[in-house]
Amino acid sequence: MTTTTDLVSYEDALASYDPVMGLEVHVELGTNTKMFCGCSTALGAEPNTQTCPICLGMPGALPVVNATGVESAIRIGLALNCEIAEWCRFARKNYFYPDMPKNFQTSQYDEPIAFDGYLDVQLEDGETFRVEIERAHMEEDTGKSTHVGGATGRIHGASHSLLDYNRAGIPLIEIVTKPIEGAGERAPEVARAYVRELRELIRALGVSEARMDKGQMRCDVNLSLRPHGREKFGTRSETKNVNSLRSVERAARFEIQRHAAVLSSGGTIVQETRHFHEDTGSTTSGRVKEEAEDYRYFPEPDLVPVAPSREWVEEIRASLPEMPLARRNRLREEWGVSGTDMQAILNAGTLDLIVETIDAGADAASARKWWMGELARSANESGVAPEQLPITPAQVARVSELVAKGELNDKLARQVIEGVLAGEGAPDEVVEKRGLKVVSDEGALGAAVDEAIAGNPGVADKIRGGKVAAAGALVGAVMKATRGQADAARVKELILEKLGVTEG
Amino acid sequence: MPGITREEVAHLARLARLELKPEELDHFAGQLDDIIGAVARVSEVADQDVPPTSHPLPLTNVMRADEVRPSLTPEQALSGAPAQEQQRFKVPQILGEEQ
Repeated sequence: MTTTTDLVSYEDALASYDPVMGLEVHVELGTNTKMFCGCSTALGAEPNTQTCPICLGMPGALPVVNATGVESAIRIGLALNCEIAEWCRFARKNYFYPDMPKNFQTSQYDEPIAFDGYLDVQLEDGETFRVEIERAHMEEDTGKSTHVGGATGRIHGASHSLLDYNRAGIPLIEIVTKPIEGAGERAPEVARAYVRELRELIRALGVSEARMDKGQMRCDVNLSLRPHGREKFGTRSETKNVNSLRSVERAARFEIQRHAAVLSSGGTIVQETRHFHEDTGSTTSGRVKEEAEDYRYFPEPDLVPVAPSREWVEEIRASLPEMPLARRNRLREEWGVSGTDMQAILNAGTLDLIVETIDAGADAASARKWWMGELARSANESGVAPEQLPITPAQVARVSELVAKGELNDKLARQVIEGVLAGEGAPDEVVEKRGLKVVSDEGALGAAVDEAIAGNPGVADKIRGGKVAAAGALVGAVMKATRGQADAARVKELILEKLGVTEG
Repeated sequence: MPGITREEVAHLARLARLELKPEELDHFAGQLDDIIGAVARVSEVADQDVPPTSHPLPLTNVMRADEVRPSLTPEQALSGAPAQEQQRFKVPQILGEEQ
């Protein structure tokens, strides 16, 4: 980037202006097949091995909608508290661009399958913010372009482009919010919390893994500013393909600062698409919209209308899982933790793991302690998600059980976890191989020694008086108490140490 | 029914990526006007109580199960492509209108 963008400080921007946001999120469904044909949706296939006459737009090929795709759309709609259309159609969105071989994208226009809903999201401090949902509609993904001959794969300066249509036709659900007003300085945080809550929801519904890093969930951030007290919205910019939670927040924040700089210097905002840059956290101008886009939408004649029966809709509603926010609130109460703790658990991505560990028999406190302590740290250090660590919730639960039984203390348990992570086997194997019995632990041994001293005051006095040989009696007592599982030499050292005597 | 203007034809031509000469704009404006006029006669018989028809067949909810069917081989898929490279469809330079 050769030009720098003028920005005002975030505080100054908010002092003069009120941000209004609109968020558009595309979710790639995890169906086996594409939206309108039976081609596989598996990732990572060789180019153009998952296409057919339908998704290639061959003349005469007739699409048929994927029933699971429709059901997933309804599930998402219901979970977002939307109404479900009694009758709706697909529409052709016409445009000339080689990422769709048909020269149109099959989408929905003025008859979305789901509309008028909301999603409650929770901010860092526990405050709840309601984001109104305008609509959720069904459409299809586009092919993947590779631009050749230009600098670093950019389209500008490219001599030609190469198209792989494996992705063309994969089901997408586009979820559009109503204008988000009243978030004020917390607008970027609301944007992030919304996308995160939506991701949790999509995963809970089981309709997609919603991995932003894999492009399964992508967000466009539309933002405008208006002077405080004015009702009319300002001109918006549309920042496309913001593909991580952190980026959603940064993009909104950057655009607030950029808009404010333009407006406060007497300029006007150009309605345009903008590109977000992960490295700098900034946006740059993309395509200026000189006029309203003319996609010449019209009802798709090759697909008949979708008219979900009310029975089917109610059946789907009855099968919805507990919603993530409600679940978190329930667990928070059950576990007796604060909202901040719960937020930290969510951020660390350990919520499900903790639940599974508890289900495997651990108590809530220790499950939480391990996953938020040792294991979160270990995942962080090795740069993997906690669920990718080579330890299962059942194994963590076993460690926790050994601690509860008194066979391990914290320090030993940490070593057991360390051993499991290092691939030394299941917790019991690690205990065995490393000889991690609680009695070999200093603290536990110390306690046993203390007991032996207290129980034999006469012997202790003799030792204090210099009869080091008398220590043997105390060693015997400790060995008896630990059922022979202590290191006798170490026990003797401890006894002498505690009684303030040095050997010979 | 207002006539189709030269500007409207130019706009349509741009959307369809057709390069039209000035005289063609006039020519097509007249022709399109005739066509639109003919189609518009439908509205003379279609009253408010007749909903617009998008599908002549009284069918809804035609769906298929989410089961994978065989795809084309890449050779078959690419057999009609004017140009290909790296098992991909090769298309001419995209004129930077969208990034």
